[in-house]
Amino acid sequence: MNDVRYLVSGDCAVCVEFGNEISPEINRRICAFKIAVENAQIEGIVETVPTYRSLLVVYQPEIIRFGELTKTFDSLMDSMDQIPIPPPSVVEIPVLYGGEMGPDIETVASHNGKTVEEVIKIHTSGEYLIYMLGFIAGFPYLGGMSKEIATPRLKSPRVKIEGGSVGIAGEQTGIYPVASPGGWQLIGRTPLKLYDSEREKPVLLSAGQYIKFCPVTEDEYKKIEKQVAEGTYRCVTYDKEVE
Amino acid sequence: MMGIKIASGGFLTTIQDMGRFGYQETGMSVSGVMDQRSASLANILVGNEETEAVIEVTMMGPMIEFTKDNFVAVTGGDLGAKLDGKPMPRYEAVLVRAGQTLSFAGMFSGSRAYVAFAGGLAVPVIMGSKSTNLKSKLGGYEGRKLGTGDEIGFTAPRTWLPNQNKRKLEPEDFSAKELTLRVVMGPQDDCFTEKGIHTFLHSTYTISNEYDRMGCRMQGNIIEHKDGGDIITDGISFGAVQVPSHGNPIVMMADHQTTGGYTKIANVISVDLPKLAQCMPGFRIHFEKVSIEQAQTLYCTQKEEWRALQNALAAQAEPASDLQAVAVAAASNEDRLSWSPQGTYRVVVNGEEFIVDLERESVCFRPS
Repeated sequence: MNDVRYLVSGDCAVCVEFGNEISPEINRRICAFKIAVENAQIEGIVETVPTYRSLLVVYQPEIIRFGELTKTFDSLMDSMDQIPIPPPSVVEIPVLYGGEMGPDIETVASHNGKTVEEVIKIHTSGEYLIYMLGFIAGFPYLGGMSKEIATPRLKSPRVKIEGGSVGIAGEQTGIYPVASPGGWQLIGRTPLKLYDSEREKPVLLSAGQYIKFCPVTEDEYKKIEKQVAEGTYRCVTYDKEVE
Repeated sequence: MMGIKIASGGFLTTIQDMGRFGYQETGMSVSGVMDQRSASLANILVGNEETEAVIEVTMMGPMIEFTKDNFVAVTGGDLGAKLDGKPMPRYEAVLVRAGQTLSFAGMFSGSRAYVAFAGGLAVPVIMGSKSTNLKSKLGGYEGRKLGTGDEIGFTAPRTWLPNQNKRKLEPEDFSAKELTLRVVMGPQDDCFTEKGIHTFLHSTYTISNEYDRMGCRMQGNIIEHKDGGDIITDGISFGAVQVPSHGNPIVMMADHQTTGGYTKIANVISVDLPKLAQCMPGFRIHFEKVSIEQAQTLYCTQKEEWRALQNALAAQAEPASDLQAVAVAAASNEDRLSWSPQGTYRVVVNGEEFIVDLERESVCFRPS
């Protein structure tokens, strides 16, 4: 753990840096440290923000100062191997592919010399790691998309993209949590609400989880949409198999 | 709903508290007041917790009509606060009566004023905060800036506060157009050359027109990177001095995004952020390096001063007379107290009705 750095990030936050690249291994360590910090219930910590490379820890200097906090982190780091870290969960995201929900799926197919069916098969085959959430509330930064369906962004972005839209931009795939402008190639839409300010837990996903896209029919889409609106839908979630 | 009614909204008038913490990991910005010192002092003056929601007034102020009596304090920049057209004292708890109008007429110093109301504003607490998040359209008043016709209730208005004559402070001076902001270096100061760090700490930067609640762009000598201004995205703090590849600083303010992919050379310290929050385009800025220990000592000293002020204002002497005892009972039982235009209070204590005149220090029993 010698490579971990405590970077001053103002007088009310410290950036605990684990590396300087995008990798599942670094993400796993960040998530493990986040759990360790939460379990330790250190007085004065306000919140923690995981990103690709680091965990930002926001704290109250009137309760704990920088020196004391980083000393506490040192001892946490030493004992991290003994802290049981639950296996990451996989959240299934039902998606209605193509049609008016995914107007660019044919562009993605032809750009990569594939059929629409092949694009759906490739997009739904993998489990995508949520490295972090950011940009807007509930937007997951996902890793792990196959290069076989990589497609550049639209030349001119759409003024409005519906919330729940699933798209591809370069080698990334993502889901728009709420309606917004954007230049992603849209291949489908999920009836799930990634962000709902009225909900007890407004944001559905969290960093460190995996996403698995599952194709659904129009009828299934409408049924789930209704259940989501009524608040009766339960996400299909299971532990990720250890590789 | 009795409280205030907005007769006109002004340029950008929003409800803010100290921000929405606990959700940055979901991508939700913190928001909150730009100038935490002015907002905290306004709250303390009217007997609130310093973190209570206030109205943040930006440059051109609103017109606020009162539909219920309450103690109010206006702090921050001098935007020409007026009560019924007459100058309203700043940094002082003032009892405003139903029917009176608070307005703002000008920009004399600073750019943001804060209005605190005793007992706070009755807007819903969403995800732990009353702050308006303009981008996510949530919190505050319907997730937006205030406009004509909006009505906001008071939670627990007061017409009596202990130590009323002590509830005033010397206003903070925001008249300087050239100022020094102290910073702690990091988190990515190692991405800059020695020359770049020297430039940053020894130049004058001018605030550009691109200054809003998200960030404050400045222009001046180019700060040299070792290898460009892009990094793999990480977290951002209020006051972070971001330097993208163009080499000019941008200070991240209250509505800053939670994460970003640009190098951050330093962070403005908490006690100096209010000064920047009150600046205008064209103002000139110097950055001065301090240690994290110094920054946190300054932060804690300020908190201790506020705590001492709060305690001094809340302190109540033992009642010297029955009159005072009645007045104190009345104050702690506001809903059974009413005020008459003659300056007297009608108080019901243990089912008996009293008329209290605080100025004349008289109390008379009125058999029902």
